[in-house]
Order: sequence, then structure tokens, then C-alpha cells
Amino acid sequence: MTLSAGPATVPLLSVEGLTKLFGSFAACNAIDLDIAPGEIHALLGENGAGKSTLVKMLFGVLQPSAGRILWEGQPVTIASPGEARRLGIGMVFQHFSLFEALTVGENIALSLDPKISLARISDEAASLSKAYGLPLDPNAHVADLSVGERQRIEIVRALLQNPKLIILDEPTSVLTPQEADRLFETLFKLKAEGRSVLYISHRLEEVRRICDRATVLRHGKVTGACDPKQETPASLARMMVGSDVAEVHRDGSVAPGDIRLEVSNLSVPARTPFAISLRNIAIKVRAGEVLAIAGVAGNGQSELFDALSGEYPVADDEAVRIRGKAVGKTGINGRRLLGAGFVPEERHGHAAVSAMPLSDNLLLARSRSDKKAFLSGGFASIVRHDAIRSAARRICEAMDVRKSGEDPIAGSLSGGNLQKFIVGRELDRQPSVLIVNQPTWGVDAGAASRIRQALIDLAKAGSAVVVISQDLDEIFEVATNIAVISEGRLSEPHPAGSLTLERIGLMMGGIHDSHSIPEAAHAH
Amino acid sequence: MFEAILLTVITASTPLVIAALGELVTERAGVLNLGVEGMMIMGAVCAFATAQLTGSPYLGLLGGVFGGAAFSLLFGFLTLTLVANQVATGLALTILGLGLSGQIGESFVGKPGIKLQPIAIPLLSDIPFVGRVLFAQDLTFYLSMALVFGIGWFLFKSRAGLKLRAIGDSHASAHALGINVIRTRYLAVMFGGACAGLAGAQLSLVYTPQWVENMSAGRGWIALALVVFASWRPWRVLAGGYLFGAVTIGQLHAQAFGIGVPSQLLSALPYAATIVVLIIISHNRRTTLINTPASLGKPFVPDR
Repeated sequence: MTLSAGPATVPLLSVEGLTKLFGSFAACNAIDLDIAPGEIHALLGENGAGKSTLVKMLFGVLQPSAGRILWEGQPVTIASPGEARRLGIGMVFQHFSLFEALTVGENIALSLDPKISLARISDEAASLSKAYGLPLDPNAHVADLSVGERQRIEIVRALLQNPKLIILDEPTSVLTPQEADRLFETLFKLKAEGRSVLYISHRLEEVRRICDRATVLRHGKVTGACDPKQETPASLARMMVGSDVAEVHRDGSVAPGDIRLEVSNLSVPARTPFAISLRNIAIKVRAGEVLAIAGVAGNGQSELFDALSGEYPVADDEAVRIRGKAVGKTGINGRRLLGAGFVPEERHGHAAVSAMPLSDNLLLARSRSDKKAFLSGGFASIVRHDAIRSAARRICEAMDVRKSGEDPIAGSLSGGNLQKFIVGRELDRQPSVLIVNQPTWGVDAGAASRIRQALIDLAKAGSAVVVISQDLDEIFEVATNIAVISEGRLSEPHPAGSLTLERIGLMMGGIHDSHSIPEAAHAH
Repeated sequence: MFEAILLTVITASTPLVIAALGELVTERAGVLNLGVEGMMIMGAVCAFATAQLTGSPYLGLLGGVFGGAAFSLLFGFLTLTLVANQVATGLALTILGLGLSGQIGESFVGKPGIKLQPIAIPLLSDIPFVGRVLFAQDLTFYLSMALVFGIGWFLFKSRAGLKLRAIGDSHASAHALGINVIRTRYLAVMFGGACAGLAGAQLSLVYTPQWVENMSAGRGWIALALVVFASWRPWRVLAGGYLFGAVTIGQLHAQAFGIGVPSQLLSALPYAATIVVLIIISHNRRTTLINTPASLGKPFVPDR
């Protein structure tokens, strides 16, 4: 047999012309890929490029429509995840396939030979996790663990099967920089043992840092295969996006104006067992400022957003002030009437009703704050469809929302386009305070830069903006001030220019790591 | 007197415990089958008919088990294969079961039944009081006790039970791990049906050995409430089943003694108790969430 590219040995895994059709849409189109033994191979691509579909086919979750998969030179059919595991393929999912109600040990046992006793699996998992620097307590319930710890379970679970190939889907998207470093060390250990890693990511820096080779996907096709260490982030991005990504500009700083949002002594007990309680949070955001709140997922971001937006009003009316008015006990509509706008984290089911058209979604969010424009007939509140449709059109044009048809249902838009619409829906009102939670999570690079630019422009026009985000690159792009949330506590804000990635990473790691930070911070 | 009351409480509680245990397994797998009442009455009529035709109450029991399981298969096909709404299908199953059982049992109305006789366990049944109450019962009582132990062991000790709980917690994750979600759910639904059928058989062969239309009289609904009451734990089903059974019997005796409580109020007691328990346990959300099957009632369609 002939081998397509360089490696003299038989590739561990080869993929030839692999195609997956959903109806007439090709999620993966004639993909070729080789993974050599003992290499860390990157699979790069934007959201919707077909990375997940490809990986699901390799792991037997989806069946290919055409093409073939070769494992150690032999053609194979991977009919199920069980089949994949028997071949020696382990998988760490992006959205963890963990069971919250079960313990760590039970979660791991589910993917192993049923003949091995739970006690033995727990012991092995504990010792293996220590050996790879990923400590775990097998008797803990998953529901009580942090996201980073949950990922460890997935990795240990994959490692216990002694795989030859480990697939990691966006593993660092939920980790602090320090946690990510620890993960990279684990990956290097695996590589040294002769195992291969297929590393899926859209973070170019880390791909350049740890991967030996990269395959780039765009619109379901391979657009490049390269050695990422020989490329620049810009050249990799070009392969991913197909054109240069617009850089976000923030020229000239605006002198901060009056205080628009003031939070003082905000403490909120946890509403559910899995929630974080907020402790003594203080925030001041002036007109023209963008306060970015960094932190690892699950440290109180959603709870803080709920308290700021009024989705769950707080007990102390004075704790939250919007434009000088105490609104702690006021609901979301009351706060909107004061000129605030809110963009929650989840697009589907929270920021938008997936099954309803964009115009209805616009009305739902703004029926109170834009009553005069959207409703007529006074008490009868008759919906003015044409006014709403034209407003929806205006938003779509302003934010470059790409959609099929005039007024499609929200669920039919891609993540990036729907997010542009949702952010645009608030920007359209020119809110004097805007609070957004994870504005570009799971959004492609083009849409993300558009959204970030819009946030900067809004602040420049004299609004106060709060951005809660896990994406440190995003935070440095948009923020004038940065604070870090950890275990429900918010650090002092620091001017963005005075902070480095490393310092934020340390602060994100938790209160115990950050004792030295406030001292250093007091210095300025 | 006290012993007699205790024996009637056991007879009244046994079908509740058996039916609720079956539904508990079904719900632990993430399937909400509201058709317990329908499966129960189908079990009752199939058991009665089989016993009449063969003359053996034990074959009657078997008939009830098969009747309930076969009827639940209809629910399984509609909700698991055709992905119909589980709530609506369950309600339809109950209505269909009540009607169909009346049709099947028409010729049996008024016929004297064949009672399942108690089996006294040697030696143990000679223990004063306890022996007569616990070890001189019919087969359905022993089965109900075995089910409590068996299901408790299966769910929390065996690997198959772990898989079943995993499916109930997140069917998508279970599928991604290569667990056959649909097949396991079919088995869980049929186990629930078989238990409901057995509970029905107990009604027409032990409790009141005859066939009367609608003789399940809402016990299927009490069993459903019992599963929530027990927060999906087999041992609590046993305790709750006996509590509800005692309430039912207490209501009869209260009437006999002429205590002026309206019978409707007493019949509503199990449901009121369930609501009270729900309020109490909802204070400890963490344990509730760990016990409640998170994917309960949600349809599962594998994406391939």
C-alpha cells in the first residue's frame, strides 16, 4: 500500500475520503487525515467546520456516509463507541458525558469491563490519576465537582482503557491557564509512552505550543495540513477562517464619566445545591468603561449575572444601583426601563426561544422597554408586527446576521449569527448599561470579533459595559478594567494594561493562590 | 383484633409496594409511565381469567405478570420506538386498560374466584404473632419482599443497575458511552409492566378474589405517587407502601367505628401525604437531585 505523506511507519489511524451527509448537507466532505504513533496531532477549525462530526465518526458515535477508516493499516468499521474502545481509541468529550448523580468511581466503571469490581476500579483510578498529576476522589459525587475536576474524570476514564489514541475535544476551553499547563504535561507524558493524541482546538497558541502536526478544517473540508510550529497564528487563522479575521480596534481611551452601575455588599446565598453563593461583591462601572469579569466556569458567574440582571432579584435593594437608583429588588423589566440591557449566557432557551422567529424573540425581550414602538392600542397591547419586523431587519443589518429567509426561527441560525442577533437586539436600544455573560462562547472567530467591536463601540459612545467571560483573549481585547471572580468572590478591578495573563491565571486559581495578589495590587 | 388489622394492612399494602417498585425501576431508567393503573387492571383481569381457565391460581399469577408486561410493551413501542409523548401515552394506556379489561372480563363478572392460598413457612411461622403475620402469607407478599431486596441490590450494587441509573441520569451520555439506551428502557418498561401486572393479579386472586370492573380503584395512581414519595429509593417504597396501605385500612375502620371523617378526605390522604413529603424533601435539594432521574420523561432519539 502507498502512504500519502512523509511518515515511514504505518500510521496509527488513517482516514480516506471520509464524508458525512446530513440530508444534502455535507458536515464532513472527503476528509483525509493521518495520525502517526506517538504524535500530538491538532485538528483545527471554527465552530461548524466539521471537527466534532469527524471525531464522532472516529469514535463510532456517528456512521460515515462514505470513505474509510484504517486502523494500523487495516480497514475497520467502527460501529459503536465500544468498538472504538476495543480498537484502542479513547475520547474526552467537550461537553462531558458524565453522570452528575453518580460518583466518580461509578462514572469510570460504566465505560470499563463489567467484570472488574467497582472497588478495584476506584483504586486504579485513584492511583492512575495521581501518576498523571490529575488527583481525584473516586467516592465524590460528580455534581459536587468543578469543571476542571470533571475533565480529569474523563481523561482518567479514557486512560484506564490503555488507549493507543486519545481524542480530546476542546479540552482547555474550561480550564485556567495553570490547569491547562498541567494538562499539557499529562499529554507530553502520554506522548512519551508512545500514545497518539488527536487534539481538537481553535486556540492557535496552544496548538503551536504542543502539537507536532495540524490538520485544518473549514466547511467540512481539509484546507491545510502543516507543522503548526512553522506557522504563525495569523497564517493558521487564515486556513481556519479562509480570510483574515478583522482585528478588534480600541483607539483612544474615553475619559470615564459618571457611575452607571454600582454594586456594593452584594451577597446572595446559593439557590440550588450546585450553585455558588456570592459573597460581598462590589462593582463600580462608569460610563465609557468596559469591566471584564474573568474566571473559570462555575465560580459564580451565572449567579452574578442573575443578580445584576434582576432575573433573580436580591434581598437588599441597595446592593445594586443602576444610574444611581437602587434596584436590588427590581425585576429584569424594571431594570431595562432604567436603560439597562442584558445578554445571558445560553442562547437557546434563555436568550432566545429557539422555535420562534427572530421578530417574536425581539418582542419578547423588549415588550416592556419598547412598549410604545412595538405595541399599540394602549391597554389592549396589540402587537405591531411591521414595526417589530423592521426593527429586526435593522438589527440584522447592523450586526451582519446571516440567515435564510426574511424572519427565520431562532433555532435555524448558526450559533454565531444568533448571538450577533441577541447582542444586536440590546445594542439597538443604545443601553446606558449593558451586561453580557460569555458573549462569544462557541461563536466563530468572525462573529466574535464583530461582537467584541460592538461592545467597545458601545462603551465609547458613553455606556457602561460589563462583560463576564472565560476567554482571556477576549477579556484583554475589550476590557478597560479587569476583575476576577473565584468561588463567588470578586477581586478588586485592575486597569487592563496593568495585568498579564499569568497574573489573571493565578487570580482565577482561587482565593488561596491569590493571597499574594492583593498585596501586589495595592502597590499601585 | 390487632393481628387481624395488621394482616389486612399487609394485604392492602402489597399491591402498592409491588406496582411502585416496578414503576421505580422504569423511572430510574428515565421513562415516566403514567399507565400503571391501566397495566394493573390488565394484570388483574388476565390473572383472573387464567386462573378460571386453568384452575390454578399460580398460573393466574403468571397470567397477570404476562398481561401487564405485554400491555406495557405497547407503551414501550409508542414512546421508545415511535418517540410519542410519554405523559400522553401513559394516560392513554390507563384509559385503554380500564376499557379493555372491562371487555375481557365481561363474562367473568359475578363468578366466584380462586384464592391464592397462604404458604406457611415451616418453623418460622410457628413463632408467636410475628410468625403468623410475616411467615404465613401468600406468595405475592414474599415476592414483594424479595423485590425490595432484589431491586435495591440490582440498582445500587450491580453493574447492570449502574447502567440503568446512568441512562436515567443522562441518556445522551449513556449513548455516547455505548450503552444501549432503547433496549435497556424497553426492559425497564416491561419490568414495570410485569410488576404492575403482578400487583393486579394480587387484587383479583388475593385481596378480593373475584372480577369487578375498575377493581384497581386508583391504586395505580397511589403507586405512582409512592415512587415520588419514596424519592426513587426501594426501601422508602416499602415504608411508604405500608403507610399508604395503613391509611386505606384505617379509613375503613374509622367508618366502622363511626368516626365522623368523610371517606373522601381519607381517600385523598395518600396524595396529600405525597405533597407534604415533596415539600419536606425539596428542602434538601442536593439529595433530591442525586436521586431524581434527570432525564425522566424526556424523549431519546439517537443522532445517527
